[in-house]
Amino acid sequence: MSDKAWIEKRKNVVLMVRILLAVSIVLLLLDLVIHRHDLFSWEGWFGFYGFYGFVACVALVFAAKVLRKFVMRPEDYYDR
Amino acid sequence: MTDSLPPFLIFFAGALLVALAPGRLRPFMTLLVPIFGGWNLWYIADGGGGLQVALFDTQLELVRSDKLSLLFGILFHLATFLACLYAFHLKDRMQQVAALIYAGGALGAVFAGDLITLFVAWEIMAVSSVYLIWARRTPRASAAGLRYLTMQISSGLLLLAGALLHISETGSPAFGPMGLSSLAGILIFTAFGIKCAFPLVHSWLTDAYPEATPTGMVFLSAFTTKVAVYGLARGYAGTEVLIYIGTAMAMLPIFFAVIENDLRRVLAFSLINQVGFMVVGIGIGSHLAMNGAISHAFNDVLFKGLLLMSMGAVLYQTGKINGSELGGLYKTMPITTGLCIVGAASISAFPLFSGFVSKSMVMVAAAEEGYWVVWLLLLFASAGVFHHAGIKIPYFAFFAHDSGIRTREPPLNMLLAMGLSALLCIGIGVFPSVLYGLLPWAVDYAPYTADHVLTQLQLLFFSALAFAWLNLAKLYPPELPSVNLDADWLYRRLGLGAARHAERLWVTAERGGARLAAHGGGLMQRAAARHYGPASALARTWSTGFAALWIVVLLGICLILYYL
Repeated sequence: MSDKAWIEKRKNVVLMVRILLAVSIVLLLLDLVIHRHDLFSWEGWFGFYGFYGFVACVALVFAAKVLRKFVMRPEDYYDR
Repeated sequence: MTDSLPPFLIFFAGALLVALAPGRLRPFMTLLVPIFGGWNLWYIADGGGGLQVALFDTQLELVRSDKLSLLFGILFHLATFLACLYAFHLKDRMQQVAALIYAGGALGAVFAGDLITLFVAWEIMAVSSVYLIWARRTPRASAAGLRYLTMQISSGLLLLAGALLHISETGSPAFGPMGLSSLAGILIFTAFGIKCAFPLVHSWLTDAYPEATPTGMVFLSAFTTKVAVYGLARGYAGTEVLIYIGTAMAMLPIFFAVIENDLRRVLAFSLINQVGFMVVGIGIGSHLAMNGAISHAFNDVLFKGLLLMSMGAVLYQTGKINGSELGGLYKTMPITTGLCIVGAASISAFPLFSGFVSKSMVMVAAAEEGYWVVWLLLLFASAGVFHHAGIKIPYFAFFAHDSGIRTREPPLNMLLAMGLSALLCIGIGVFPSVLYGLLPWAVDYAPYTADHVLTQLQLLFFSALAFAWLNLAKLYPPELPSVNLDADWLYRRLGLGAARHAERLWVTAERGGARLAAHGGGLMQRAAARHYGPASALARTWSTGFAALWIVVLLGICLILYYL
């Protein structure tokens, strides 16, 4: 296993995700410190952007998986 | 009289010279054309331009130079230079010439002051650009190119019809604000809509662009859709329906991008997504929104070009572009990887990268005008674009599972072109005032406020977190060799199927008709023979007795009738 690059080791992947998580939490907490001029009332809610970004991406991927059921065809579909 | 030349003339003359030049000189000449053109542009900006020509009794304005046209002019010169540098290693005369004519057509369109000049430039672009697809020289590319050309020419015909109607209604060929109140306005709007890849007429783009050559797609992504954006900005600013069309354009392609395997096709979907933001900005029509739309067009050409260059480099070096076949390329292409990530950060609108300073103008304008549903959907699309273009592209090409492919960095000219593009992306992100100074309206917008930086970072980091989680939990849809049905199914399958069916029906009917005719003809012939033929009742000779009998019968009938 020693020929695996640094980035490919499971241990390091977990480390990177943890760093990502830590940075995200710090950013979330900064919401309490930095004054926000909110465009709409609910846009100023605590953690709105983080929450929305996370939900949007998960929803996007799940919707795309459903979409695949309808539109995916074999690679030579149009050549037949 | 002015001292400047029409920009397109330089490009067409350059294309002619390149066509005649020997192979070793051609790459240098393609680079000189946009440089010389840029020098000329300086004079046009200096108050030159305004070249008028009379065609019969119609006054044509070949060069109109206001800030809107000039910005696109600068952009197209820059894009041509970068793309020509990227294509410097090419020996293919056809591509070099077609690319210059195509760029010249795009310049002709954005400087055109009247609809006739616009139409001519529009068609030059359509016809020259298709050679960048055909230059791939595969059966798939030639079929896709033909479909592409059909759509482009249709757009041109609609533009011509609209232009002629407009001229007959108003008596002036000038191209200015049009609106949708007349049929001419609607026709021209539809023509722009096709080139802009509005929903349902978008699939020429995702169908044909990824079939182009590695260098060809860089040129293609820069001009056609941006000329359409220019046309909408000039003619249809503040047309409300554009807000909803643009939102649909920003939203719909991202779902397809997530499940698409061909990484250049993923970028084609994200091209439509980015153009969607511009279209929304034009639909809102406030100065902030228009500035946002136009500056985003400027940035998009650079960062989308950079991303396409990096994927083109992968295709050029490995011959592969499907996510399912790539991975682990960072080991052998570290510079390309880094430059691709700069493009990915720019398109995702990371602070200090170019997308950050332009896309947010459209978003804020949407919020200011009270379109909060549109704003929410655009925010969704922003997270989505980070997901599929910002993460997916670099991840599946350069990281993910190691595909075992060992290759090399692309040629130096490709690296230089990507490096310059990356520098511009970062430069505009760090010093947005340079771009803001070129915009048609004064910019009263500061991108780097604490809350904007923070909220954008939150959006991006939590989106990244979602990607990491989905990937680790094995919930992320794997890259699969496949084709995804899209609107082009309507003409590639349904239309084709219907045409084939109709053809079969016609053949059956024709055969049936022939059989019927043969049969019917036979029947008539036999009947005629029975009655008029040599042995028929009418041609027979009768005996005298038989005739006398008939006369007696007739007389008998007469007698009976007489006594009645």
